[in-house]
Amino acid sequence: MTAEPILSADALVKHFPITKGAIRKKTIGTVNAVNGISIGVAPGETLGLVGESGCGKSTAGRTLLKLLEPTAGNVWYDGRDITGLTKREMVPLRRELQMIFQDPYSSLNPRHTVGSIISAPYEVQKIDPPGGVKRAVQETMERVGLNPEHYNRYPNEFSGGQRQRIGIARAVTLRPKVVVCDEPVSALDVSIQAQVINLLQDLQDEFGIAYVFVAHDLSVVRQMSHRVAVMYLGSIVEITDRDSLYAKPLHPYTHALMSAVPVPDPRVEATRERIVLQGDLPSPINLPSGCVFHTRCFRAQDRCRMEVPLLLEYSPGHQVACHYPVTESLGSELIVGPDSGLVELQAPMVQPPSEVIADMESAGSSRPEGVDYAGDPNTFREGDW
Amino acid sequence: MTDAFVRVDDLRVSFPTEDGIVRAVDGVTFSVERGKTLAIVGESGSGKSVTSQALMGLVNRRTATIEGRAWVGDNELIAASDDELRKLRGSVVSMIFQDPFASLHPFYRIGNQLVEAVLVHQDVSKSEARAQALDMLQRVGIPNAERRIDDYPHQLSGGMRQRVMIAMALINGPSLLIADEPTTALDVTVQAQIMELLAELQVQYNTAIILITHDLGVVADVADEVAVMYAGRLVERGTLEDIFYDPQMPYTVGLLSSVPRLDDVSARLTPIGGQPPSLINLPSGCVFEPRCGARSWLGDDRCSTVRPELLDISSTHSVRCHLSDADRKRFAAESLAAVSGKKDGSS
Repeated sequence: MTAEPILSADALVKHFPITKGAIRKKTIGTVNAVNGISIGVAPGETLGLVGESGCGKSTAGRTLLKLLEPTAGNVWYDGRDITGLTKREMVPLRRELQMIFQDPYSSLNPRHTVGSIISAPYEVQKIDPPGGVKRAVQETMERVGLNPEHYNRYPNEFSGGQRQRIGIARAVTLRPKVVVCDEPVSALDVSIQAQVINLLQDLQDEFGIAYVFVAHDLSVVRQMSHRVAVMYLGSIVEITDRDSLYAKPLHPYTHALMSAVPVPDPRVEATRERIVLQGDLPSPINLPSGCVFHTRCFRAQDRCRMEVPLLLEYSPGHQVACHYPVTESLGSELIVGPDSGLVELQAPMVQPPSEVIADMESAGSSRPEGVDYAGDPNTFREGDW
Repeated sequence: MTDAFVRVDDLRVSFPTEDGIVRAVDGVTFSVERGKTLAIVGESGSGKSVTSQALMGLVNRRTATIEGRAWVGDNELIAASDDELRKLRGSVVSMIFQDPFASLHPFYRIGNQLVEAVLVHQDVSKSEARAQALDMLQRVGIPNAERRIDDYPHQLSGGMRQRVMIAMALINGPSLLIADEPTTALDVTVQAQIMELLAELQVQYNTAIILITHDLGVVADVADEVAVMYAGRLVERGTLEDIFYDPQMPYTVGLLSSVPRLDDVSARLTPIGGQPPSLINLPSGCVFEPRCGARSWLGDDRCSTVRPELLDISSTHSVRCHLSDADRKRFAAESLAAVSGKKDGSS
C-alpha cells in the first residue's frame, strides 16, 4: 500500500449462475465465488492470495486479469478502468498482464514445440523483437534455466519442474508488468519447488514484475509474498503485510489455518498451539448469514450470526473482517471449534467489541497490553486502494 | 530389529518396460512396532508408494518382479498366495489411499460398503455387521452417523470420505495400517482433523502405521521413525529426532533446507539442484551423486562408481553414504547453518 497499485480491484464480485434446462436455460441459483473484494498490487510487489479450496482465490485471480467477466465491481490497471473493455480491446493489455498456471501438464499444448509455445505471445501481439523471435525466446529460455538447444523439443520430453519453467518463460518473455500465478508450485516436489520459487523471485527483482500469488500453502506464501490476503468463502477476512500477518494474525480463521499447517520441526510441532476447526466449508451457493465464518468459528457470538463484519483497519495497513478479532495470545491449549451441527456452542475468551474498548479508554482505563488501536477502527476507507 | 512386529527385509520390485527394467524399489529394509508410526518420505518416483503397494499385494505379479520378505506378526506377505492375501487384507493389513473419491464405490451406500468389509472377514449376521459399521462411523467422527450411513460417497465432502475410508480400513481391527498420502488431497484444516483422528485410533487399536508422505511437516507431527527414500532406495533411516536434528545423508539435509517454513522465513530457499534420475538409467555409483553438494569431498571417484551400503551409525540411525562421519556432520552443519544464517539476516 506504500506505492500506487498497478493492478487493483474495487469491490470485485464474481457469481456463476447455476442453470437448468438445455434450451431455455433457467437460473436456479448462483455460486457466490467472489463477493466484493478490494485488493491491489504495486510494481515489484507480491500479493499472496491464500485460502482453502473453494474460497474463490483462483476465481479472484482470473477475474483480476479479466479472463472471467466480473459480475460487479471494477478492475483498474495503470490508472485506467479496464472493467468494461471487450476481449479485443484487452489484447494489447495482455502483453503486460500474464498468468502462470498450476498444472504444468495440461497448460502446455503437447503438439507444439517448446519454441512455438514460448514464441506464441510474440505472434499474438505481432511483436518482432530485435534479433528475431527465436533469439528472444532462447534468451528467455536461458533466463528461466532451460537449455536453449531444447527449442524444438516437445513438452512430454520435460519433467514437471522444467515444464513449469516453460510456462514461466511463456508468461515473462514479453516482460509483463503483472503476472497472476495460480498455485505455480503446488504440483511440484519440494526440492524442485524451491528452485521455482527462487526463479520467480529472481525474475521479479530483475524485471520489477508485480505478482498476484494464489496458493493454498501458507509456508510457500510466506516465502513469496510482501503482503498477504486471506480469503474464506469469497471474502477477504484479513489483509496485511507478510510479517504482521504471520507474527500477529487477528482473524480467528487465519489463526486456525496457521495452526493447522504442520511445521517440519518435531520439537516446535510438539509445543504448538493447534486449533482444530470442526466441519467443512459451507456451500458457496447458500452463504451463511452474518459473518461467513461463524459456522466454524471458535469465538462466534450472536452478533456474528446477524451482522456481516466489514473489512476494517485495525492497525496501519492491517485490515480484518471480524467482530471479535484475536488480540490476546491463545496459549498452547487445544481449541476446538463448534460442531457444524450445533451452532449455539460456547465461545471462549471473548474480547469486548472495539467500541467498548474505546469507551473504556476514554473513561481512563488502561488499554490492554500489546494492543495497538491506530486510527478509528470504525471508519472504513473504501478508497484505500 | 529382528523381533519387531512388522518387518520388511530387502524388498525389491522391478517392472520390465520397453525401454529397460524400472527398479522402482531396490532393497528396502525396515521394521515397525505396534502402536508406532513409521513415515516413509520421498519425492515422486522415489518408490515409496510401490513399497506400500507391494506390502498390500497390490502390485501385479504377472508384470512385475517382487523379491524379499515382509512379515506382519507371523504372516508373510510377499510369498503369500492370492487367497491368503485376500484373508490378510483388511484383517491384518489395511490401506488408505490419497484420493478417497476414487477408492469408494460410487454406486453403493457407504454403510453397505462397510458391511461388506465386515462380512468378508467375520461370521456375523447382516444386522450385527451394520451395527459394527455404525459404531465405526461414529468413532471416526461422522456427524449424524445414523443418517449418513445410507449416503452415497458423492454426498460427502472430501474430509468425510477420508473418514469413511479410515472406518473401512480399521473395521476389522488390522494390526498394520498403511496410509499412502492420506491427507494430500485435503485442505490443511481438514488435514489436521484427519491426522488427529488417526492418532486417536492408533492408540485405541494399538495399530502399527506406515505413513507414506512427501510433507515433512506431517512427519514431524505424527511419526516415531522416519525412512527417507530416493530413487527406489532407502537412503537414511532413524528416529524422528535423528532425521530432523542429526540428518546425515546429503539428500535428507537438502530436503530439510529446501522446504519453506511457516514459522520462519529465509531471504532465499536452498534448493537441491538438478532432477531426480531416471529409474531405468540409474547412476552407477550413489544414486544421489549427480545432485549431491558433497560429491567431490571424497577425493576419489567412489561416489560416482561404487553403490554405498546402508550403514548403521547408531542403534537407531542408518545412512547410505560414502562420506566419513566427520564429513557428513560437517556437510549437514554447513548446509543448515547457511539456511538459518540467511534467516537471521532477513529478520
